Amino acid sequence: MTEPRVRILDTTLRDGSHAIAHRLTPENVRHVAAALDAAGVWAIAVGHGDGLGARSLQYGFGLHSDEELIAAAAEVVNRAKIATVLLPGIGTRSDLESVNAVGARICRVSTLCTEVDIAPQHLRLARELGMEPQSHVTMAHLLGPREFAEAAKIVSDAGSECIYIVDTAGALMPDDVRARISAMRDVLLDEVALGMHAHNNLSLAVANSLAAVQEGATVVDATLAGLGAGAGNCQTEAIVAVLERLGIETDVDLWALQDVADDYVRGTVMTRPQEVDRLTLSLGYAGVPSSYLLHAERGGERFGVDARDILVELGRRKAVIGQEDMILEIGAELAARREGPARGTGSMTQRSVT
Amino acid sequence: MKGEASLSGLDVAGSSARFRVAIVGSGNIGSDLLAKLQRSAAVEVVGVAGIDPDSDGLARARALGLTTTHEGLERLLELEPGIELVFDATSASAHPHHAQLLEQRGIRSVDLTPAALGPPVVPPVNLGDHLEAADVNLITCGAQATVPIVAAVSKVADVAYAETVSTIASHSAGPGTRENVDEFTFATARSLETVGGAARGKSFIILNPAEPPLLMRNTVYVEAPGVDREQAEQAVRAAVGEVARYVPGYRLASDRQFRDDVLTVFVEVEGAGDYLPAYAGNLDIMTSAAVRVAELYAGASTTA
Repeated sequence: MTEPRVRILDTTLRDGSHAIAHRLTPENVRHVAAALDAAGVWAIAVGHGDGLGARSLQYGFGLHSDEELIAAAAEVVNRAKIATVLLPGIGTRSDLESVNAVGARICRVSTLCTEVDIAPQHLRLARELGMEPQSHVTMAHLLGPREFAEAAKIVSDAGSECIYIVDTAGALMPDDVRARISAMRDVLLDEVALGMHAHNNLSLAVANSLAAVQEGATVVDATLAGLGAGAGNCQTEAIVAVLERLGIETDVDLWALQDVADDYVRGTVMTRPQEVDRLTLSLGYAGVPSSYLLHAERGGERFGVDARDILVELGRRKAVIGQEDMILEIGAELAARREGPARGTGSMTQRSVT
Repeated sequence: MKGEASLSGLDVAGSSARFRVAIVGSGNIGSDLLAKLQRSAAVEVVGVAGIDPDSDGLARARALGLTTTHEGLERLLELEPGIELVFDATSASAHPHHAQLLEQRGIRSVDLTPAALGPPVVPPVNLGDHLEAADVNLITCGAQATVPIVAAVSKVADVAYAETVSTIASHSAGPGTRENVDEFTFATARSLETVGGAARGKSFIILNPAEPPLLMRNTVYVEAPGVDREQAEQAVRAAVGEVARYVPGYRLASDRQFRDDVLTVFVEVEGAGDYLPAYAGNLDIMTSAAVRVAELYAGASTTA
């Protein structure tokens, strides 16, 4: 069997976790992972949406640990590789060692595209553990193509075998994706694979993933039924259908993917439909991490303010991945503003020194 | 746990013979530390050791008339006998050798690296427990900023769990931080337990590249079932006041929030801008804590 031209890395069971407040169960994992494995996907990502070590007050505890969920996947998977994600500053080496012990084989070390030099420590560790070290280079809209490629070079030099454009805010357009893939292809060695991780906030996830493939990406992160942060991820069934129509080999069973997406993910895992609506458009428009959606909605309810106002303020303050605590402050400030001036001791804007 | 209150009878600027100190490490932290120590009446900086002859830090020290060397700590100790304390602003890998050199000579040290050889110290919380220690470790900037808050609540309630999120400007995260992010998170988390008094601790660090650079922000979640909110508020305010005595830019940001047994405290740190820019509150809180330790030792030694 020849290598598929594009490998599908399904991240329903990790990115999808954001859409359900990290409440995946081992049963969910066993069912979906078994179906994905049988359908022939190359790899299956499993875990808390914010990665290893993220179970917390800040990001949400969810129901089960990454170790439990990954062990559940390992029970049922025969061919596909199990992938985990680690955000330096959140996950640590002992977290990676734990999941490696129960079957994780690919480690995506995830950093902002502007902060890739915090990745080498964990890329090295992944390699030492015998895992495939890969890089999620996130908030890809923050850097232009050439700077993005320079960031990719840094993680490539540190041992990353596959580097993904991660459009965390779902803010990129297809031409933006093409330019970044092309720039990376220019500076990286051929054996470094390029991947695309798209979010659908501007309704462009499948189009962006296709653009990436056409420009040279060979791995696509996607989720069943598009389950995921913000408006969701690139929908696995859709991108596979599109690639198949274009004669690009993925080597997966499209019908089987559709069945598990429609019969199980939509029925049992999803708690609400993935929508491109005013909140998710605000994410994409303002360049705000998709992972903030549910937190902003809860903040809106808790403080009695509009979640869209919270998201727009997050964008104004240039929030990056991981700053969910900012929602608590913004919610309180918006509520205080609404009730009249001179309330509270908090600063009205994010303080910085000019 | 003995904090500074146990030192309250001591005159920090006491004796006319000032506490003789030196710095090893002539980078950003060493340079900022030098600027702060110059202002201190209790200590006298006699020298700075580095390894880069062209470093700005050594040039500044030379311009101040201090003894300098680019041949490392051992050379400085030959040139300047009579040093009583050395600040190590180098790296985790270099510190053990420095600590050994100093201990052999009966010279005390304050470790600003992640080496964590000596006991972890947050001055207002537990310096009183370690007045005789040969080498104390300042843990991380996140610990300096958040442990006082956790320790404050620990005084009025049992803290089951403390979780801290430190967000710093990309510009103020140097190679030392970037290459040691793991050490940062678990050293900080451990100190929430061992120094802050939490039964369990967890810490995160986030780098943000926004322009203009943002001030260091720390969110501290303290889970203390049954805590009296008013007592906790008073304790937190008092703790912030204690830190602000030596870190003037340390202050509460938004109002405290309380829900489901979890008290959430928001703290920001603005640096003094001595050598590092003011947004680098994370580095400033380390150098300020280091100066504070030296001043308290100086005060302690005049009454010994």
